[in-house]
Amino acid sequence: MATQQEISEIRQHSGVGFVQTQLATLFEPPHSLKLAGGGELGPIQVAYETYGELTPAKDNAIFICHALTGDAHAAGYYEQDDEKAKPGWWDDLIGPGRALDTNKYFVICANVLGGCQGTTGPESKNPETDHSYRLDFPFITVGDIVEVHSALTKHLGIDQLLAVIGGSLGGMQVLDWAARFPDQIRGAICLATAAQLSAQGIAFNAVGRRAIKTDPEYKEGKYEKGAGPRYGLALARMIAHITYLSDQSIEMKFGRRLQDQDTFQYEMLPEVEFQVESYLHYQGKRFVERFDANSYLYLTKAMDYFDLASQYGSLTKALGKTDARFLIASYDSDWLFTTTQSKELVRALIECGKHVSFIELKSPFGHDSFLIEIKQLQKMITPFLEQAYQTRLAESAKKS
Amino acid sequence: MCAQHRYCMQDPSLEVTDKLLLEQIQPGSRVLDLGCGDGRLLARLRDERDASVLGIEIDITQHHASIARGVPVLQADLDEGLQDIPDGAFDYVVLSQTLQQVLHPKQLLEEMVRVAKQALVVVPNFGNWRIRLQVLKQGRAPVTEVLPYEWYNTPNLHLMSMHDFQDLMRLLGIEILQEIPIINHRAVEKAWLANLRAQHVLYILQRLEESSTKTESEHLLHSS
Repeated sequence: MATQQEISEIRQHSGVGFVQTQLATLFEPPHSLKLAGGGELGPIQVAYETYGELTPAKDNAIFICHALTGDAHAAGYYEQDDEKAKPGWWDDLIGPGRALDTNKYFVICANVLGGCQGTTGPESKNPETDHSYRLDFPFITVGDIVEVHSALTKHLGIDQLLAVIGGSLGGMQVLDWAARFPDQIRGAICLATAAQLSAQGIAFNAVGRRAIKTDPEYKEGKYEKGAGPRYGLALARMIAHITYLSDQSIEMKFGRRLQDQDTFQYEMLPEVEFQVESYLHYQGKRFVERFDANSYLYLTKAMDYFDLASQYGSLTKALGKTDARFLIASYDSDWLFTTTQSKELVRALIECGKHVSFIELKSPFGHDSFLIEIKQLQKMITPFLEQAYQTRLAESAKKS
Repeated sequence: MCAQHRYCMQDPSLEVTDKLLLEQIQPGSRVLDLGCGDGRLLARLRDERDASVLGIEIDITQHHASIARGVPVLQADLDEGLQDIPDGAFDYVVLSQTLQQVLHPKQLLEEMVRVAKQALVVVPNFGNWRIRLQVLKQGRAPVTEVLPYEWYNTPNLHLMSMHDFQDLMRLLGIEILQEIPIINHRAVEKAWLANLRAQHVLYILQRLEESSTKTESEHLLHSS
């Protein structure tokens, strides 16, 4: 356990310091959210955090879309959480002087619809039945997620965002936002993402879902809170985790090294003989502590369904309506969301004459790079946002 | 610096080349700059010519510098071609002082006239008399002022004279719309003994198919 002094030292490195998750209730009936898959949902509670100050002109807001199992806690520390002093998932990127400079920008991050970290999802109580929704929760899409985020920004009094930024499933939300609400965003930063998940990606999600559903404790989704398909969910996470790494990063981190001894045990039962085994088991176990199995099913399905080109007829039709400037980055070791997929986006954006910058970043960390290689991101996001903001200021100066 | 007693080809200076290129580009055009560096030329085209611009640059520091100017830029290696650029997506594509450094100049030129209506190419002229004299007198490979490399570490892979360039254009079916020699930092529209005197040349190119139809229709116009 860390001492108080250690905790305070760790926290000094955090840019935004202590933060709190806030809640908003949106889509109260009769203004329920009409879902892409049919049906309506409302009221919807949204958990979100904000860092920095909104200017009186409300022109400096940046929205962060998180990846599959992320949450609204993107930066800073929770005051009450003394023992596990862990910063938000993009803490190094957000704060005074960082890429998302909270001296300049107002940063918002919200937990997604269908999630299990405070925003309405399968675990939430259905107001009609007074029980958790579980599998009665309606199908949701990336578009539905974006509808809720967009409503949240309106709720905060913001008509137009300076930028929306996200990686992986978060990047899909950014793309959907640009297509769905072309006038609402000035900048779109898409990291390690694509206009559709590859068949390989769908395959891995399918195996993960299968692992959850075949766990006897899954009970067709009707498990009690705190119980549930622990082994299946852990297995799903283990599989997914492999797809987030690269051959090189696994090799670097673990190689073929054994965990507790120098020689093979020649026994079948121990499951954590190799270091990489032990690591995956640990990841699975930790994930079960924080994530709901039904949420995982819903969100992976939303990811599988996402297909911007088929939804709008073509990528150029989907992205042709926005005047947002795009920054697209892929990673050379990412085999889940490849550079080729990012280049498809770039090609479509060039075809419809949009302002688009692209870079393939070098990193050994595979798909996870966008969560790890913060310095690389800092170098390109800082000037990109600065330009977007200056252009916006110049435009409003011209108008007045 | 250059090795002693060697002629150093003058740098046409960025200012001269930029100005020359700027003059060739119609306002409101879509312009692609290959090897755009820090986006200097594109920023000027955007601000002074109301152009919609895109750069391609391989160097990551220069890439960031372009973004800092608000110039959109793709990181790509010109040696791998322009396959991410759709056909005819641009009015102009610019390649300044780079053709001699790419691995496959022939393919790149073909790609350039595919992605844009006109290609503007600035190349050093190795037919210049001082270089000829240097090779003749000293029997040594030429060295340039901006790129003071020896033969074994020079980025200049493909040396050409104006005649060589013209031959390649004939081979590729690319029409030279205009050929502007740069002599002692000045663009000279009609230079006497250009291949001997020019240090650099700006070529304005387009695919022959389009131009031949044009010439045909002009021809018809004349005959009617």
